[in-house]
Amino acid sequence: MQMPRPSQAILARKDEIVARLCRILPPEAVISDPAETRAYECDALTAYRCPPLAAVLPSTTEQVAAVLKLCHAEGVPVVPRGSGTSLAGGALPTADSIILGVAKLNRVLETDYDNRVIRVQSGRTNLSVTGAVEADDFFYAPDPSSQLACAIAGNIAMNSGGAHCLKYGVTTNNLLGVTLVTMAGEIVQLGGAHLDAPGYDLLGVLCGSEGQLGVVTEATLRILRKPEGARPVLMGFDSNEVAGACVSDIIKAGVLPVAIEFMDRPCIRACEAFAHAGYPDVEALLIVEVEGSEAEIDAQLARIKTIADRHSPTEWRESRSAEESAAIWLGRKSAFGAMGQINDYMCLDGTIPVSQLPHVLGRIGALSKEYGLEVANVFHAGDGNMHPLILFDANAPGQLETCEALGAEILKLCVEVGGCLTGEHGVGVEKRDLMLTQYTAADIEAQLRVKDVFDPNWLLNPAKVFPLSTTESRRAA
Amino acid sequence: MISPTTESDLAEAVAAAAAAGTPLAIRGGGTRAGLGHAVTGEVLETGGLSGIRLHEPGALTLVAAAGTPLEQIEAALAAENQRLPFEPMDHRALYGTNGAPTIGGVVAANVSGPRRIQAGACRDSLIGVRFVDGRGTVLKNGGRVMKNVTGYDLVKLLAGSHGTLGVLTEVAFKLLPAPESSATLCLHGLTDNAAVAAMSAALGSPFDVTGAAHLPGPADGPITLLRIEGFAESVAYRAGQLRELLRKYADEITERDDAAPWTAVRDGQTLGDAVGDVWRVSVRPTDGPEVRRRAGLDHPVYYDWGGGLVWLLMPKGTDLRAALEGLPGHATLVRGDEGTKARLRVFHPEPAPLARIAAGLRAQFDPQGVLNPGRMGG
Ligand SMILES: Cc1cc2nc3c(=O)[nH]c(=O)nc-3n(C[C@H](O)[C@H](O)[C@@H](O)COP(=O)(O)OP(=O)(O)OC[C@H]3O[C@@H](n4cnc5c(N)ncnc54)[C@H](O)[C@@H]3O)c2cc1C
Ligand SMILES: Cc1cc2nc3c(=O)[nH]c(=O)nc-3n(C[C@H](O)[C@H](O)[C@H](O)COP(=O)(O)OP(=O)(O)OC[C@H]3O[C@@H](n4cnc5c(N)ncnc54)[C@H](O)[C@@H]3O)c2cc1C
Repeated sequence: MQMPRPSQAILARKDEIVARLCRILPPEAVISDPAETRAYECDALTAYRCPPLAAVLPSTTEQVAAVLKLCHAEGVPVVPRGSGTSLAGGALPTADSIILGVAKLNRVLETDYDNRVIRVQSGRTNLSVTGAVEADDFFYAPDPSSQLACAIAGNIAMNSGGAHCLKYGVTTNNLLGVTLVTMAGEIVQLGGAHLDAPGYDLLGVLCGSEGQLGVVTEATLRILRKPEGARPVLMGFDSNEVAGACVSDIIKAGVLPVAIEFMDRPCIRACEAFAHAGYPDVEALLIVEVEGSEAEIDAQLARIKTIADRHSPTEWRESRSAEESAAIWLGRKSAFGAMGQINDYMCLDGTIPVSQLPHVLGRIGALSKEYGLEVANVFHAGDGNMHPLILFDANAPGQLETCEALGAEILKLCVEVGGCLTGEHGVGVEKRDLMLTQYTAADIEAQLRVKDVFDPNWLLNPAKVFPLSTTESRRAA
Repeated sequence: MISPTTESDLAEAVAAAAAAGTPLAIRGGGTRAGLGHAVTGEVLETGGLSGIRLHEPGALTLVAAAGTPLEQIEAALAAENQRLPFEPMDHRALYGTNGAPTIGGVVAANVSGPRRIQAGACRDSLIGVRFVDGRGTVLKNGGRVMKNVTGYDLVKLLAGSHGTLGVLTEVAFKLLPAPESSATLCLHGLTDNAAVAAMSAALGSPFDVTGAAHLPGPADGPITLLRIEGFAESVAYRAGQLRELLRKYADEITERDDAAPWTAVRDGQTLGDAVGDVWRVSVRPTDGPEVRRRAGLDHPVYYDWGGGLVWLLMPKGTDLRAALEGLPGHATLVRGDEGTKARLRVFHPEPAPLARIAAGLRAQFDPQGVLNPGRMGG
C-alpha cells in the first residue's frame, strides 16, 4: 500500500503552522509533540501507521471552521477523525497532514420525542446516542459492532451499518441533517428535522464520502421507539447451500426479520473455543431475530419454522428467556474477538447478491486452500454483506502480503458475481486500489468531480477512496 | 423527438446535443410534466429503454430500464407479493395528464408517498443507477446489492435531480414484501394540534405505523388516519393496542381496511380538482399546524407524514414562502401556471453556499447545460 510522499515544504513549516493553530485554539487542543501525535498514527487498520504533523481537538463548530480556514489558506491536508475505529484506514494520516479530531464535540443538543429526532455533536459515540434516549424507550437504529467506541462522525463518513439494518436501514436512512464545515471554513446546514431536500440530495452524497467533502460537527438523527420485545432463534444446517436457500425462502415468504446472521464452520469453532456459547458443531449456522409482542414473535417464528423445516435443519434452538437470547448472540458478537485471540486477521466486507451465497462460499473455500490461509465467514445474510475473516500471522514474513493478495481475490469475486467491494466499512486506503475492478475510469472521474466541487484544492483526506493514479493531477495542483 | 432504444444510442444523442448546444427535454411518461419549471428543448423520450432486467424475490431486488412503465413494475412485484416500499404518488389527477408514468420519472423526481415516514423515500430504496451525463458518457453508481459504500453515493444525488444531472437508463431497487393485511384507524373530530399530538403518540409507539395523515376538511368533520400493515394476527393486535393508546385523544375511533383514503392522501386527490396553486411543505411534524395558521385558515389543506408534510391549495400567485419565513423546512410549488412558477420558483431557494455547490455539481455533470435546462430553476 502506497501513500503520497509528504510535502517537504509543509514539514519544514511545522513550527509555524502549529503556532498559528495555537492562536485559534486553546493550547490543550493542539497536539504536536511526536510522543503524543503517535496516538493518532493509525485507526483500527493497524497494519499501516504514520504520525500526523499535528492533531487538533476543537470543541466548537467555529473552532473547526477556523482550523479549516487556516489549513485551506496554507495548503495543509486535513484528515478528519472520530474515534479511529475505521477498518479501512479512513483516518490514517500522512506526515504532512493535520488530524482534526471531533472527540470533544460530544454533547446532546436536543431531544425531541414528538418529532422522533435527536440532535447531537458528531463526536458522540454511537451507543451513547441510544444511551441518551433509552430511559424513555427510544433508540438510534444503526448498530455497528464497534458501537461502544465509534463516533457518529465516523458512522456518517462511512455510512455504517449493523446487524439490524435489514429492517432499519444503515446510517444514510437514519440521518436527517448535519452541520458541515467545508474545507474553505464555511459552515453550512444540510437538512434538519424535516424530511427531504429542496434541491439536490447533498446530505445523501455527504453520507459515505469518507471525510473527503467536509467536516461534520453536528447531526440530526432519527430515533425510534423500541419494539415491545425481540427474540432470536438459532438454526444449524449441514451445508452452506441449504442455509443460503433457507435465508432466501424466509425473505420470499414475506417475513422480514430484523437480523439474519450467518456463520460457517471455521467461524463457529473459533467462537465456541473462545466464548463457549454452546453452539452446535454444524456446517452452517443462522441466527434469525424477530421483533414485536410475545404473540407476534411466536407467530413469526412459527412461520419461519415451517419454512426452515423444509430445509431439514439439524438444530432449532428458540430462545425462551433473556439469558438464552444473550447466549445465542454471545458467540456471534464475540466473533472478531475470538479470531483476534487465535490469530491476526483481516476482515473483509464485500457484498454479494444473496442468491450467489453458496457459489461464493465455495469459491472462498477453494481460494483459501490455494493461498494456504484459513478463512472464517460470518456475515449479515439477509442483505448479502459478507465478512470473510482471513487468518494469518503478522510475524511470519510474507504472510501479510499473502493475506492481502487473497483478500483482493475475494473482493474481486464479490464484484464479479454482481456485488461490491465494501458493504459498510468503506474504501479508505485498504480497497482504494481495487476501485477500478468495480468502476470504470469514467465512473471514478464522475466521483472525483464531486470532490472538485466541495474541495477544489483536494486538501480533505485526499489520499483515500480512489486509486492514487486517478487523483494525482488533482492532488498535485 | 429523439427516442433511443439502447443506452449507447441515448449516449450518442446526448453527446450530439451537447456538441450542438441543443437543450433536451427529458420525458418518461409525460405524467409529471407540471412538476418543475417548463423545459423548452428537443424532447428526449425514454420509452424505448424499457423492461425489467432482473427480479430476485428471494433477495428483495429489482433492476429495470428507466423507461419501463411503473404499472408493469408494480404488476411484476405484485405477482411475487412484493412492492416498492416508498408508495410513489400518481401525479395524473393533480396535473390532469394521462400518460403512463415511468420508473425513471419516479426516480428523477424522488417521488414518495405516505409510507415515507416508515419505509423511507424513493432515494432510500434506490440501490443503483446507470445514467448518461451531459457529456454523453455512460456512468454507473451503486449496483444491485442492498449494502454498498464503495465510493461516493451518486445514487442519492441522481434521485430527485429531475433529469438535470443525467438521463437515467437503468435503476435498481430494494423491495419489501407486500403485507398480508392492513388496517386504518380513523380518529374523528380532532383539531389540527390534537391530530398532530395523536399522530406523534402513534408514531412514537412500538406499533409500527406506516401512514399518519390528518384531513381537516371533509364535510362530515376532520378525520385523522393511522395505518398499520403486516400479518393479519399482528395487524389486529396492534390496531387494538393503538386504539387504547389513542383513546385519550379522540372520543370516536373507527376502523377500515381499504386503501382508498391512502390513495387520496398519496395523490393529492382532495386538492386535485379545485382551481389554484398546489403547495407541498415539508417541516418538523409539530410545526405542521403553524404552516396552516400562517397560510391562512380558510384554504384547503391536509397533512401527511404525521404532520410533517402539509399540502395546501392557495389562491393563484400567493407567495406562501414569504408567509413561512423563519420556519425550518421547505415549500415546493407543485402546481401553478408557468408565470407563477417563474415568479415564485418551484423549488425552495437554497442558502448561497448550497446553491453554489448545486450549481457546481450541475456544471460538472452537464457543462453545456443541455439536460432539462431550467427544470429546477436557477
Ligand atoms: C402533450 C404534452 C404536453 C407537455 N407539457 C409540458 C408542460 O406543460 N410542462 C413541462 O415541463 N413539460 C411538458 N411536456 C414535456 C414532458 O411531459 C416533460 O418534460 C416531462 O415531465 C415528462 O414527464 P414524465 O412522465 O417523464 O414524467 P416522469 O416520467 O414522471 O418524469 C418526471 C421528471 O423526471 C424527468 N425524467 C423522466 N425520465 C427521466 C430519466 N430517464 N432520466 C432523467 N430524468 C428523467 C423528467 O424530465 C421530469 O423532470 C409535455 C409533453 C407533452 C407530450
Ligand atoms: C471491532 C470492530 C467492529 C466493527 N463493526 C462494524 C460494523 O458492524 N458495521 C460497520 O459499518 N462498521 C464497523 N466497524 C468499522 C468502524 O467502526 C466504522 O467505520 C465507524 O463508523 C468508524 O467510526 P469512527 O468514529 O471510529 O471513525 P474514524 O475511524 O475516526 O474515521 C472513519 C472515517 O470517517 C472520517 N471522519 C471522521 N470524523 C469525521 C467528521 N467529523 N467529518 C467528516 N469525516 C469524518 C475519517 O476521515 C475516516 O475517513 C467496526 C470496527 C471495529 C474495529
